[in-house]
Amino acid sequence: MTPIEGAGLVALLAVVLYAIFGGADFGGGVWDLLATGPRAREQREAITHAIGPVWEANHVWLIFAVVVLFTCFPIAFADLSVGLFPPLTIALVGIVLRGAAFVFRNYATDEARLSTTLTVVFGVSSLIAPFFLGDAAGSLASGRYAWLSPFALSIGLFGVVLCAQVAAVFLLSEVPSGAVHDDFRRRTIRVTLALWLAGLIPATIALVSEPRLLAAFERPYVLAIVSVAMLAGILVMILAARGANNLTRFAVGLETIAILAAWFAAQAPDIVPGRYTYMDAASPASTIVAFLIAVACGAVFLIPSLVLLFAIFKRPIPAPPPH
Amino acid sequence: MDHVIAARAQMGTSLAFHIVFAALGVGLPLLVFIADGLHLRTRNEAYSKLARSWAKGMAILFAVGAVSGTILSFELGLLWPTFMKYAGAIVGLPFSLEGFAFFIEAIFIGLYLYGRERMSPRAHWLTALPIVISGPVSAGFVTLVNAWMQDPTGFRIDHGRVVDVQPLVAMFSKPWATEVVHTTLAAYVFTGFGVAAVCAYALWRGDRRPQVIAGLRIAMTVALIAIPLQILSGDISARFDAGDEPEKFAAMESRFVTGDHAPLTIGGIVEPDKRRDIGAIEIPLGLSFLVGGTPTTVVKGLDDFARSDWPLVAATHYAFDTMVGCGSTLFVIALAWFAFTVRRKPLPKIAFPILAVTGPLALVALEAGWSVTEFGRQPWIARGVLKTSDAATVAPGTDIAFYGFSLIYILLGAVCWWLLRRIDRHPGIDARLPAGISPAAT
Repeated sequence: MTPIEGAGLVALLAVVLYAIFGGADFGGGVWDLLATGPRAREQREAITHAIGPVWEANHVWLIFAVVVLFTCFPIAFADLSVGLFPPLTIALVGIVLRGAAFVFRNYATDEARLSTTLTVVFGVSSLIAPFFLGDAAGSLASGRYAWLSPFALSIGLFGVVLCAQVAAVFLLSEVPSGAVHDDFRRRTIRVTLALWLAGLIPATIALVSEPRLLAAFERPYVLAIVSVAMLAGILVMILAARGANNLTRFAVGLETIAILAAWFAAQAPDIVPGRYTYMDAASPASTIVAFLIAVACGAVFLIPSLVLLFAIFKRPIPAPPPH
Repeated sequence: MDHVIAARAQMGTSLAFHIVFAALGVGLPLLVFIADGLHLRTRNEAYSKLARSWAKGMAILFAVGAVSGTILSFELGLLWPTFMKYAGAIVGLPFSLEGFAFFIEAIFIGLYLYGRERMSPRAHWLTALPIVISGPVSAGFVTLVNAWMQDPTGFRIDHGRVVDVQPLVAMFSKPWATEVVHTTLAAYVFTGFGVAAVCAYALWRGDRRPQVIAGLRIAMTVALIAIPLQILSGDISARFDAGDEPEKFAAMESRFVTGDHAPLTIGGIVEPDKRRDIGAIEIPLGLSFLVGGTPTTVVKGLDDFARSDWPLVAATHYAFDTMVGCGSTLFVIALAWFAFTVRRKPLPKIAFPILAVTGPLALVALEAGWSVTEFGRQPWIARGVLKTSDAATVAPGTDIAFYGFSLIYILLGAVCWWLLRRIDRHPGIDARLPAGISPAAT
């Protein structure tokens, strides 16, 4: 593997991890917004409880993705920063407002009006951020930076539904039993069906407006990866219905990886379709090698810390709180 | 609005906002760690209450710091694409390492804030230690990038492409040590005085709870240690500038002519076009003494440089004087506090409003100090290599983005301030969360 390929894989990894962890986080906000029925309050509490300890760590994956891009592929980074200025700026506003609103809400529980406002801000910005990140991805894939094109917008919608699906699955094991659990099991199945529909929209639009992209997706190995994603989606529904919570997580992870890998594979060898290949946009080899070494060293600290974080909060609380 | 102005306005606003939270993100974990540690040692409940109260503040401030930092990581590209196109390959390494340090910080913040009921008090206390360490480490890595912008090194440009990149050489450009030390100490100075000011204000208003008294003592101790070191490091930094970034130094001191027996110029009305500083206080021979220890030390003036390469002279000079003025005042106040405390004398009533003012003074010093670096580097974004005006984005809509983000900062700042003011009245997250949801409780 060449250093550039290594850097490309790290970029894919960062985007995948952000889609899974950050996506679960965004989706949590979407479900918070959609919390309805007699158990709305319990649903919200389950969401707050599930994402509270991990949301800040989850969002570092985005910063990591940005850093990979500007360190290893600065020319592509500069180009898409200009071309995708509007959707990225809007997504950024969403990311900022939701993070702040989420934490502020935790410390404003005794103020009904402010707390309600913050809940709305948290929910709405949780929709805005993944929508415009998806839109940015769609406009990048179109090769035209056409962020208001129907194709880009439909990818934005797809992004929101994907986040909602990942979050529903994530919450299945966070709330291992009871009525709220059943709510999220039903939602997992419904939102997976919705994801299929949401996936058909950009595919249909692409038939009309994105011939280049369509041709790229018709390559056999890309089609194979897309099939994996679709099969994983079916698996999510079956496993969720059977109550295999941890396996459902695995399936939804596989599905997300396959969706993003299909996108990366369809675009390859281009990083910005029609403008730059990975080779054209890459930093000198010395930079990329130094970066990969830094990633390896960083991982030595990062992985045990992450394992500790998720291990501690996956465990039930040992004794009732001493209050 | 001109696109360069819009980009600079947005970047300046973002950094001015973020630096406050970044500095507290470095300093507050140390205060929490000390308070929690004292509780473990002494079993004094006041320390536990203090640590919990500070931890609530840390949660809010860290979140705002994290999101405003995310804005900045995007703005590097959104506002300065041309800069990142060249610099990304060169300074990506410290940014990557910063990413990891920040990751560790975010993970252990989650563990510390939410993990109180899930581990032993000692283990819980130890989860704060990685935050105490990774805070200054991540801030240090970011400062390395700023140092590189003052002295871009470790690469060549060949036919418009960056070649021969030596990432480690670029990471440790000449000013790296002075800048990292000065910036890190600034975070402790600001946090120390900032938190002390909050406690002093509460005491002044009649809140005599033991945790408030303990809070003032811990915060002032940190400030008392940090401020003389900061003044020393400032002196070293200034001397470094006099040698290696003389145009910035000349702007800081508003020196227009080169020569020995240079006086120290304080304040005044700087008129760069007329090459003078009207009404300034001049201390004869002061500058030559400060730079070289003798009156015959030659200090370079701005006349040695092309007018087009001059920094923003007036802004740099005022920011520098403001920083030094605030820093010196803080030092005197800290010494006075120490004089009372070491002799176990009770503080007189007048001490509380004075200590309460140290917070704002430290904030002004922090912002002014950062302004010196940025104004003093102009017109360059990477000194001698790329001009700020050539690095800005050409994307449309930068002015809308500037107004939008400014509004967001005002909102975030206001809600954050309001929540912090009533933080003691809120039960906190660890008291509220698990009921009815956690597996253990069902």
